[in-house]
Amino acid sequence: MRLEPIAAPSLARRILPPALAILGAFVVAAVLARLAGGAPFAVFSGIVTGAVGSKFAALETLNRATPLIFTGLAVAVAFRAKLWNIGAEAQLYAGALVTAVLGTGALPLPAPLLLPLICAVAMLAGAALLFGPAVLKTRLGVDEVVTTLLLNFIFLLFVSYLLEGPLKDPMGMGWPKSARLVPEARLPRIVEGLRLHWGFVLALIAAALVWVINARTTLGFEMRAVGANREAARFAGIPVTAVTLKTALLSGGLAGLAGFSEVSGLKGALTLDLSPGYGYSGIVVAMLALLHPLGVVAAALFVAAIFVGADAMSRAQGVPTYLADIMLAAALLFMVLAILLTKFRVVRD
Amino acid sequence: MAQEAGAQPVVLRLSEISKSFGALKALDGVSLSLARGEVLALLGENGAGKTTLMNVLFGQYTADRGSVEVMGRALPPGAPRAALAAGVGMVHQHFTLAGNLSVWENIVLGTQSLWRGRIGARAARARIADLAARFHLAVDPEAKVGRLSVGERQRVEILKALYRDARILILDEPTAVLTPQESDALFATLREAVGQGLSVVFISHKLHEVMAIADRVVVLRHGRMVAERAAAETSAPELAALMVGGALPESEIAPRPAGPALLRLSQVSTRPEGRAPGLREVTLSLHAGQITGLAGVSGNGQRALSDLVSGLVAPSLGGFEIGGVPVSRWSPRAAIARGIGRIPEDRHRTGTIADFDLTENAVLETYARDFARHGWLDWRAARAHAEALIRGYDVRCPGPGTRIRLLSGGNMQKLILGRVLETGPRIILANQPVRGLDIGAVTYVHNRLAAARDGGAAVLLISEDLDEVMKLSDVIHVISEGRLSPPFARGAVSVATLGEWMAGAHFAPAAAGKTGGAHHAA
Repeated sequence: MRLEPIAAPSLARRILPPALAILGAFVVAAVLARLAGGAPFAVFSGIVTGAVGSKFAALETLNRATPLIFTGLAVAVAFRAKLWNIGAEAQLYAGALVTAVLGTGALPLPAPLLLPLICAVAMLAGAALLFGPAVLKTRLGVDEVVTTLLLNFIFLLFVSYLLEGPLKDPMGMGWPKSARLVPEARLPRIVEGLRLHWGFVLALIAAALVWVINARTTLGFEMRAVGANREAARFAGIPVTAVTLKTALLSGGLAGLAGFSEVSGLKGALTLDLSPGYGYSGIVVAMLALLHPLGVVAAALFVAAIFVGADAMSRAQGVPTYLADIMLAAALLFMVLAILLTKFRVVRD
Repeated sequence: MAQEAGAQPVVLRLSEISKSFGALKALDGVSLSLARGEVLALLGENGAGKTTLMNVLFGQYTADRGSVEVMGRALPPGAPRAALAAGVGMVHQHFTLAGNLSVWENIVLGTQSLWRGRIGARAARARIADLAARFHLAVDPEAKVGRLSVGERQRVEILKALYRDARILILDEPTAVLTPQESDALFATLREAVGQGLSVVFISHKLHEVMAIADRVVVLRHGRMVAERAAAETSAPELAALMVGGALPESEIAPRPAGPALLRLSQVSTRPEGRAPGLREVTLSLHAGQITGLAGVSGNGQRALSDLVSGLVAPSLGGFEIGGVPVSRWSPRAAIARGIGRIPEDRHRTGTIADFDLTENAVLETYARDFARHGWLDWRAARAHAEALIRGYDVRCPGPGTRIRLLSGGNMQKLILGRVLETGPRIILANQPVRGLDIGAVTYVHNRLAAARDGGAAVLLISEDLDEVMKLSDVIHVISEGRLSPPFARGAVSVATLGEWMAGAHFAPAAAGKTGGAHHAA
């Protein structure tokens, strides 16, 4: 058996395999839910209800989707240019760290000045963290998969050290946690009384901007060209090294925004459990979205709904929340296979 | 047809082998035979079909027609182990050795059943030592392969084949990775091997080596066997002419007085890249209103010259002027800005981005200069430009939104041609501009290049097809091992003379090298 590329895939061939992939993930989850002692239908309806069954649940899903949109965009931008940024987790924490440092009264500015400033510096922090690996890649050929992945651990340990030492909240009862942000440094809620903050809107704006950059600007054209065929891009006079570095700045900046949004909008302080792996989940989101910025929004909502829904379902049905991880992992694996099948057909020799 | 080789029995016979990939005939009725104790050289350009033929022999491909016989017994098609079992051993260009194992372990690897448990190391080592001594293959059996030089690794590969009782050795470009001294040692080994009754197929495009080692030479061209000669009855120039196309075709363009030199290289050298040679003190002028043709056997520095002119590589030594102005800060974008239009050798990998549509590919070189303002792309103008190219250059396609990978090679090349010519370049680099195209597209591309020349452009035509060079060029240079011959005016040179230059004759010896009776024929 071998794979044969399809010149012009039909519409059905482009839509059917991804749809089957999602369906396949549900089938796998149903079998596992059964093994865990739950009734598959009750489990799925529990997930749906838990994710969107009430106003509270739906807002929780949107809140959970917010950092995933940012990290998903970060990964999508980088992967599109074949810059394998696995370090969105560390870049997220870089943005969060800057927010916690600048937002706790260090700068006596009013909110309209302070928030944009922190937001910009958080982006710079995330960008700086990916810039190093990108320089090593372009100058010395160091594999960015390794450097960005390992930086995650280094940076988390660094944040852990800061939270146990210089940044530790004196009023924190000994917990490794930074001091709370001053009110001027908090992203306000969209509607008073509801637990959804402006970070979500910022994420939607970011997705729209990335889409415009990709489709309408020379930078987007260059990033796509470098990703699609580096050699042809170089031959055509596209400055490949500069484009790779710009991609790194954009990608890292987007991941940094995730940290800013979480600390300033949701948590109000920096802790080590700020992100339950949003940087890594961003890879899942970007892949499910086929690296399209608007698809990232949809994929982030899907992933967030499953996480939030699974939490609620678990409380009601007694099926472990790990089911959510398995569902997403299965969805991703099936999706990778499905993407292959949209471009190739299997031929038997 | 293959002749029967002497009185020795035939050990390998390929009969009427044909193999097509889609519309491309990679092999068309190739027959050859190999006698016991004979060295047969298989000579041909890249893409002539040498590798495909060997892959058919080894069962990697199933031939559409034809049969393979080893020692008089037919091999089943498509069975890779059958050739090995029948006593055919192949040494590939890229070695298949495990660097963390010792020499003798590599040799024994795969020859014994996993279930035996014990390797029988002593007997194996004794046998290897015996083989090494018999065939002058000096290599320490205990050494780790990872520490060996390239030449030593090749010896291990040959020992591996001999250990498996190979009676027929196939060597694919064996000297490409060797120093001259190592090559001499390899030849000594091969002579020893044929002296002991082995047979050798030697794949190469280095003419002097073929002349040094082969008893018989088979020349492949475009998948067909074009000649078979006893080595004693041929010469390197004759083989060169056979490889690249023999007849002297009529020139197809009207003569025209040359204009001023638009691009000038004086004593330019570039660094070698991997196994491809760099340029060695090349002096070249490209004149307005002239097509300058570059002839030569592939892999002799064509790539280096093309990379230099297209902006990918800067000279490491020597003078480089465009329009009388010395070049500094050289890059592809600088080349485009200086008015150089570039048609790259590989339109799939270098010339286009397969998953981009025609519009995106049409503006790949000029998007920033002509189709954007303050970083914003004007897709409407870009699309109009693509549509103009599609009409003006007869690109057959569903429309400018089609992904370019769906186009045939000819239509792809027409789009590249349009992209280049529409910028009004004063200098045009055309590297293998018609390779793989059908006859209609070939004529189209040639006419367009000739028209650009008549419009006053300086064209550098690089081709491995001598017919094409002689048909189109006003002036011809020959490139050999990175050195450039003096210019020959059109019609003032014979194929035989060009063949001699291609084979490396006539070049002045390197300054620090040997002394000898080379002379300039210009």
